[in-house]
Amino acid sequence: MDIAWTALALSLKVAAWATALNLLLGIGTGYLLARTRFPGRDLLDAILTLPMVMPPTVLGYYLLVLLGRRGTFGIWLQEHFGINLIFTWQGAVIAATIVAFPLVFKPARAAFEAVDGQLEQAARVLGISELAIFFRVTLPLAWRGILAGVLLGFVRALGEFGATLMVAGSIPGKTQTLSVAVYEAVQAGQDEVANKLVLITSLVCIVVLLAAGKLAPGRIVHK
Amino acid sequence: MRLTSLARLLGAALLTTAATSAMAGEVVVSAAASLTNAFKDAAQSYEAQYPGSKVSLNFAASGVLLQQIVKGAPVDVFASADQETMDTAQKEGLVLPADRHDFVSNSLVLIVPSDSKLAIRNLNDLTQKSVTRVAIANPASVPVGRYSEGALKKANLWDGVQAKAISTQNVRQSLDYVARGEVDAGFVYGTDAAIMKDKVKVVYEVPLEAPVLYPIATIKGSTNALEAKRFVDYLRTKPAQAILAKYGFKKP
Repeated sequence: MDIAWTALALSLKVAAWATALNLLLGIGTGYLLARTRFPGRDLLDAILTLPMVMPPTVLGYYLLVLLGRRGTFGIWLQEHFGINLIFTWQGAVIAATIVAFPLVFKPARAAFEAVDGQLEQAARVLGISELAIFFRVTLPLAWRGILAGVLLGFVRALGEFGATLMVAGSIPGKTQTLSVAVYEAVQAGQDEVANKLVLITSLVCIVVLLAAGKLAPGRIVHK
Repeated sequence: MRLTSLARLLGAALLTTAATSAMAGEVVVSAAASLTNAFKDAAQSYEAQYPGSKVSLNFAASGVLLQQIVKGAPVDVFASADQETMDTAQKEGLVLPADRHDFVSNSLVLIVPSDSKLAIRNLNDLTQKSVTRVAIANPASVPVGRYSEGALKKANLWDGVQAKAISTQNVRQSLDYVARGEVDAGFVYGTDAAIMKDKVKVVYEVPLEAPVLYPIATIKGSTNALEAKRFVDYLRTKPAQAILAKYGFKKP
């Protein structure tokens, strides 16, 4: 298959996995921080938001040192599961997940905080279980805010470059995502390849943004 | 009120920086990544010898540097790690044949992490099953990658090793991956291996058909041609040669 399409398929795969992971993690931590109070909550929030403000190279370095063959976590993974994440597409998923996480978690927390507590209270009075309240009352009410974050997280994961390059490298067909392929093509002076890749990337981003507009309609326009 | 004074301050700052960068005496040198340590050292001694002069160094894979120059980067001196890249620069009309000469030579070596337990002694050993990852710079833009690919192809090993190749952006990234133990082996220059003696060990010096010769040239249309030439000439002097030799570069 052509290098551009291979890279596109890989980018979509990595972004999809990262988004799926962030959907669980973002909703989980967003809900936790919105609904519970504990010492160090603000600090935890700050730490979880760090990937948004830190340079991707810093994250990439952290990951390389942690997950590498000589990293604490890397050694543990290798010994217990025989897994090595560096230079694999799964490694790229981890990088993309972490980078995009704050974009999912922050809006999720805000969305949960905006849910009217009286509605949950009403459900509770009606004797509905806490789990059912979450899935049938809270989540549907917070869903639009969460979805907006999830879509942003998806495009961020799709475009991840710095941390991915450091952790997953640039192996064509294995870890060479669209953004990395663009970088490689420009470096090698292959402008034709670069043009094609850039065009594809731009189109994909436009499609995602249009889809985002369709999925999360409304704002105040229809009022 | 506050804003206007802030704007004035910013404007003044911008003007000053613009003025300094336009001032004569600054040479922008784009050099192959493998020259990093040696050129930093040489530039310092150059600046000490010519007070008021300033050398700005820009390191990357030679192919990357070439692309920057092709796209119009304001570079005065270009030092590449292979002839091919400089030939392209010449073909593009960026360098005149009379302005280029080979100034150092280097060797291609196969390195492993110093605590490696794998039996890697030559190129053939890279095909062993226990060897899973080999750092090879991207041949499309990095000279050391082309040298490595050429040597492996000549030994009929490229197909076997390519599947294990971890493609890197420049020779120093290959060196870093080996030093961290993320790969089992890697191809770098002898001079690179020498700066990380405690973390990597050279197991094999790869014989090459053509030697690794580094050309250097002033860029045609440099706005600072005299200064550029003075820097290139300086590299031929005894003190500069001593610095290059200290880092393991040999005479061409």
